[in-house]
Amino acid sequence: MGRMTFVVHRILMLVPVAIGVTIIVFFMIHLIPGDPARTILGIHATPRAVAILHRQWGLNQPLVSQYWLFMDRLVHGNLGQSLFYGAPAASLILTRVPATLWLVGYAAVLAIVISVPLAMIAASRKDGIRDHLVRAIPLLGLGMPSFWLGILLIYALAINTHLFPVSGYGTGFGGHLHAMFLPALTVAIALAPVVIRSLRASMLNVLGAEYITTARAKGVPARRLFARHVLRNAVIPAVTVLGINIGFLIGGTVVIENVFAIPGIGQLMINSILQRDFPVVQGVTLVFGVLVVLVNLLADLSYAALDPRVRFDR
Amino acid sequence: MTGPTAAAAAGPILAVRDLRVQISGRRGTVRAVDGVSLDVVRGEALGLVGESGSGKSMTLRAILGVLPPDARVTSGQILLDGADLVPLSQSALNRIRGPKIAMIFQEPMSALNPVMRVGHQIAEGPRVHLGYSRSKAAERALDLMRRVGIPDPERRFRAYPHEFSGGMRQRVMIAMALSCDPEIILCDEPTTALDVTIQDQILRLLARLCRESDVSLIFVTHDLPVVAQICQRVAVMYGGQIIEHGDTRDILLDPRHPYTLGLVRSAPDVEQVRESLVPIPGSPPSLVSPPPGCRFHPRCSFAEEDCRVMPTPLRLLPGGRSTACLHYERCAEALAAEQVTP
Ligand SMILES: Nc1ncnc2c1ncn2[C@@H]1O[C@H](COP(=O)(O)OP(=O)(O)OP(=O)(O)O)[C@@H](O)[C@H]1O
Ligand SMILES: [Mg+2]
Repeated sequence: MGRMTFVVHRILMLVPVAIGVTIIVFFMIHLIPGDPARTILGIHATPRAVAILHRQWGLNQPLVSQYWLFMDRLVHGNLGQSLFYGAPAASLILTRVPATLWLVGYAAVLAIVISVPLAMIAASRKDGIRDHLVRAIPLLGLGMPSFWLGILLIYALAINTHLFPVSGYGTGFGGHLHAMFLPALTVAIALAPVVIRSLRASMLNVLGAEYITTARAKGVPARRLFARHVLRNAVIPAVTVLGINIGFLIGGTVVIENVFAIPGIGQLMINSILQRDFPVVQGVTLVFGVLVVLVNLLADLSYAALDPRVRFDR
Repeated sequence: MTGPTAAAAAGPILAVRDLRVQISGRRGTVRAVDGVSLDVVRGEALGLVGESGSGKSMTLRAILGVLPPDARVTSGQILLDGADLVPLSQSALNRIRGPKIAMIFQEPMSALNPVMRVGHQIAEGPRVHLGYSRSKAAERALDLMRRVGIPDPERRFRAYPHEFSGGMRQRVMIAMALSCDPEIILCDEPTTALDVTIQDQILRLLARLCRESDVSLIFVTHDLPVVAQICQRVAVMYGGQIIEHGDTRDILLDPRHPYTLGLVRSAPDVEQVRESLVPIPGSPPSLVSPPPGCRFHPRCSFAEEDCRVMPTPLRLLPGGRSTACLHYERCAEALAAEQVTP
């Protein structure tokens, strides 16, 4: 009842957001000075090709009908032709999405693996030495630019000790797990401080809750108390914080993919900007937008799965 | 009801001796419980009454070893079947909480884990303490849910606390408390958050269950009629101390401490109600720097010079009751005077 409504509403609420993303992507072309057809086709295009594109995209018609035509191409999976690779932009992008998803997902998992125990240590004795350490040290990660941290990690763990490859994506599940460890760790270290903070705060909150006293009054041993009562309640607010920040980090993967030479859409984005390959840049922007929206949806759905009390309130 | 001779023969299952609890706070050390002693006999319900802030909850939490982080027991003994609980570690206490002592809290909403199924919360005790398998513990939980009168337990087992009404949640708390057959249940105002009709149902339920399974209760409440309904004996707390103690009828109908007299007069409907409700003037004492002598003297109309300086330990009176008042006869005189003028 209430929870299904919540899920359905959350999905329906994506529609206006998704439309907003397409409108922004649509306007990108009009923000570039000069003839959009020239921008898209490149400087070597023949006048005939430019004229054809003008007709196809309705470039002399009002913006509304141009947008309509844009959406029509979009739902048919047509993002235009890459100027540099000479292939459809859509398929170029699609082949590179998995690497980026791997990086983001792996980083999220590592961030959780790092954050839960540290938050637990910090919350176990509020304002103790360990609490201060746990709160201060991760800030170094936050203050250090990711590319710099990435380079340090490559230096320490790849070049010096050969524990991990310097770059690349690897093959197969195990290969990805091994090759992507350093880039994912770099992203996770950037993500961890925020997650630790939010988890620590919600753990302290939960530890003060009356139902924890009830559980102690039942004689629930410390380990079980933590797993069944504290953690389960404390992750609920942290999931939302994690979701929002993964959204930001999807943009951040652009940098990390270039440092570690990972064939994801972030790397494609940089290359295409350098090549003035507009259709690909536009397509990647769209995919980034969609990913951010989907990650937030995922966070909301996990929230709904973790918290039986969720209801859709308008 | 347990008669005094049977009680003496059985010996108390719980004996608290000179318990002191201090809470360190910003404005100094709060002496929340300051020398409390009490005995609970098997099958008996002991009422613990007093104004807000008098230390009732802290006493119960100290007995169970679930004090808030800043609070600690500074001295005294808590003897359960003769063994002292005060020096025990939390993990040692975990073996006692549940199978020996259980607790029911005032706010069943906030006292239940919001993200755990109600059935699992009830089954947790038997899982942990009685070594029951998942399915056996679930059976036990369903059985308890039936005993405390939760309708349709098979379906309610998988529900979450927010799907229950206040009264049903309190039944869940009671089922949880009973789940490992404790000898004594500490009830901290278990009916205060409920409306009157539900209150009555819950009280009857508690009283019945205790009778059936011979469990003892310490029952904290503000509500004197509730005490009259279920407690055989009552202890009155004021400023962290017990100031009067005895059989419920004696204490409520014929108090021997001016504070108890004030409580009775300010309560709406104990049997044989006095005509007018008179609130006790003044406010509760500071527990950081309590007044010297009798802690009640600043608010007491019978107070004399000695009340301001003399220590006032509980003194035994005829009839097995005790009071901390130096001039307790004044209460009897006041009551007698009242009864002649109708
Ligand atoms: N966390 C705390 N920090 C500091 N002082 C506290 C804390 N909790 C309670 N106290 C103080 O301890 C004293 C006893 O509190 P306690 O909760 O035992 O009172 P009570 O008799 O249960 O009152 P009520 O009827 O309102 O529940 C009060 O004076 C209160 O101000
Ligand atoms: Mg209380």
